[in-house]
Amino acid sequence: MRIKVDSAVLSESRWYEFGIRFLFGGLITAAAGLIATRFGAEIGGLFLAFPAILPASATLVEKHEKQRKVEKGLNGSVRARRATGVDAAGATIGSLGLIAFAATAALLLTEARMSLVLLCATIAWGTVSAVIWHLRREI
Amino acid sequence: MHQRERFVMKEMLFRFLVGGTVVSAFALLGDLFKPKSFAGLFGAAPSVALATLALTVSTKGAAFAATEAHAMMAGAIAFFAYALCVSRVMMRRHFSALLVTVCSIPVWFGAAFGLWYVWLR
Repeated sequence: MRIKVDSAVLSESRWYEFGIRFLFGGLITAAAGLIATRFGAEIGGLFLAFPAILPASATLVEKHEKQRKVEKGLNGSVRARRATGVDAAGATIGSLGLIAFAATAALLLTEARMSLVLLCATIAWGTVSAVIWHLRREI
Repeated sequence: MHQRERFVMKEMLFRFLVGGTVVSAFALLGDLFKPKSFAGLFGAAPSVALATLALTVSTKGAAFAATEAHAMMAGAIAFFAYALCVSRVMMRRHFSALLVTVCSIPVWFGAAFGLWYVWLR
């Protein structure tokens, strides 16, 4: 299957769903800063990879998938659960990219400019995630 | 309120706003893509790290941020265990996504602090 952009999904989302993600993301980021200040970089650093997006996105995937099936007169529970499982499987692959992001940042932070470090680390995340995703489909 | 407390409050508010924006942006990107397995990659986007590291460098220095990034590797391995657990349970059991994603959070804590104990402490 080819990668596609489907902007119709945005019309299914409600404003409060974006609000929940903003609130959750903001709280996790602020908490990570507080934890690093109180307990040090080794503990605070763990929280830079805290699952901030997955719980909210999985819940929304389940809700939207179910809604679509209900509109067609079907139950949709099984389909919704499978879609959420597939979404989480994608996040599993993305987490390998997250390890690459952290390794790149750890390696370069004391050597290069901040903007360059973040750019390289983000490219590492995207490349590792996309390559593993592609390979997994090929296999 | 003391000047230091005021500074910490301002910093946390800034982190909250930047973190909320970056997490929302990646979540939105994840919504846009198909198939679902590809969109799921964005569920593990480095959103909190992107929002945090630049500010950490400016307030605490590059060495502190590098130590955080090093520890983040353990957090990311824990994320792998968490996402794998969520994926497997959702595929095989009849529970809601909210229940599974929330009840699996201890997997992340267990793996992250377990790795911290044997690797980083």
